Amino acid sequence: MAGEPISAWDEGELRALVPRVLAGLVRRGEQFEAAEDALQEALLEALRVWPEQPPRDPPAWLTTVAIRRLVDARRSEIARHRREEEAEAEPRPETAEQEPGDDTLFLLFRCCHPALAPASQIALTLRAVGGLTTREIADAFYVPEATMAQRISRAKRTLRGRRLDRPGDLAVVLRVLYLVYTSGHAGRVDLAREAIRLARQLTLATAEPEARGLLALMLLNHARLPARVDAEGRLVTLDRQDRGLWDRGEIAEGVRVLQSALALQTAARPPGRYQLEAAIAALHDDAASAGETDWPQILAWYDDLVALTDDPVRDDPAAVLGRAVAAGHVHGAGAGLRESERLREMLGERHRWHAVRGHLHELSGDLPAAATAYAEAARRATNIAERDHLVRQAARARASQVAGAT
Amino acid sequence: MPKYLLLKHYSGGPEPHHPFPPMDQWAPEDVEAHFAFLRQVKELLQENGEYVDGQALTPAQTWVRYGGPDAAPVTTDGPLPETSDLVAGWYMVDVDSRERAIEIAAYISSEPGPGGGPLHEWIDVREVMSGKSSSED
Repeated sequence: MAGEPISAWDEGELRALVPRVLAGLVRRGEQFEAAEDALQEALLEALRVWPEQPPRDPPAWLTTVAIRRLVDARRSEIARHRREEEAEAEPRPETAEQEPGDDTLFLLFRCCHPALAPASQIALTLRAVGGLTTREIADAFYVPEATMAQRISRAKRTLRGRRLDRPGDLAVVLRVLYLVYTSGHAGRVDLAREAIRLARQLTLATAEPEARGLLALMLLNHARLPARVDAEGRLVTLDRQDRGLWDRGEIAEGVRVLQSALALQTAARPPGRYQLEAAIAALHDDAASAGETDWPQILAWYDDLVALTDDPVRDDPAAVLGRAVAAGHVHGAGAGLRESERLREMLGERHRWHAVRGHLHELSGDLPAAATAYAEAARRATNIAERDHLVRQAARARASQVAGAT
Repeated sequence: MPKYLLLKHYSGGPEPHHPFPPMDQWAPEDVEAHFAFLRQVKELLQENGEYVDGQALTPAQTWVRYGGPDAAPVTTDGPLPETSDLVAGWYMVDVDSRERAIEIAAYISSEPGPGGGPLHEWIDVREVMSGKSSSED
């Protein structure tokens, strides 16, 4: 802000220190749960103090303050024990876990422990790795702060005493980060941006190509965000987006990251799902206009994607649905509709299935069927912007059908 | 994570599991047990980190509509036919899945009725539309 001294520390820089400091505390033998609480308090204090007195060594400052909190907490704990006249000696901190590799990875494995439900994995990751406050996370998910606080402390209780299985489950970490990404944007925190930041940290911590695939997918998708909603807040579908609004920098980075991942593939290790989805996103991003989209190539990537599971209709219906759209563009709307028919049992009650059917009917020129399918989709939508969009699509298809008839 | 509204109704909904008199005709201890159960539901949801909101509504219902440019709003009060829908209150929960929302609703429906047995009351489970724009096409 003009006239005000610019603080040497912005919040992003501060939060980037979190994994390092927290992992350092845990390696010293502190309990993860207590260390995480103490660091949260240290962060809040840093936000208060640093603008006036920037520290010389920020990670050391945070570590010192957090340790002070931990010592205080332990003292009052001991006092409580004495009051209760328990014969137990002071509990020894658990020994430092052997943790090869990077702090970020270590913490992500901890926060995305398979014993936790997705909602808890997300909340804990955003706090312990992302450095967000409970309040910010609560706002982002539209729940009361007390609810989010409870979710986090329950998650930590679940983890207490559990040894960290080595190696952690990277697939779960990737899924959690992707869930954070798709949670979108509410309150003060842009979760999509936060997910990209965390995925970028993850790619620095592991050479696993799928981590890069995930980062690439997020970037290639996020690049289109500025074109996805118009000035009135209406959803704009990919085929109608103003491609001049797409973020070229993000696309270039996404393509670079994807290429570096694909370069690591071998016959024994073909690209995983995030790389394949990123490749599809890259082809959309690469088309100068919707008409120039390389649908045959997209269809080929979808073939690989559905081949990842034994029973794709059951195990990965979203991929089969995406493939149906591509098939519709390559082999004609009828082929796409036939392909989507296979999913009726699995997805017949989901809005996306009906929306795709509407699109394919429209592609075939059958406007009455398109209007009906869009209306069915609108009835099942779980998001207000999407519902409004589908209602408009239905109305538009019906209106042009009437106009065409006269 | 999806949010669900678990609605309790004064009237309306499917055929009741069994008939029961209005609460003001229950034994006082049954009324107490019922309220205690509902408080405990709230505490349980809070403890789980699933609680968003919970409210109760008075049964008095006023219907209002626009009366025209220079006219007062048009209103009409109940009582309405027994069969019409009348919402009594709700819990809003933030859960991992629809299955979990249904599980919670079934638990609410086990609330004690007259004599202490479960009421088997129908709970109306409605998904709340997300207002956020998603980050993916």
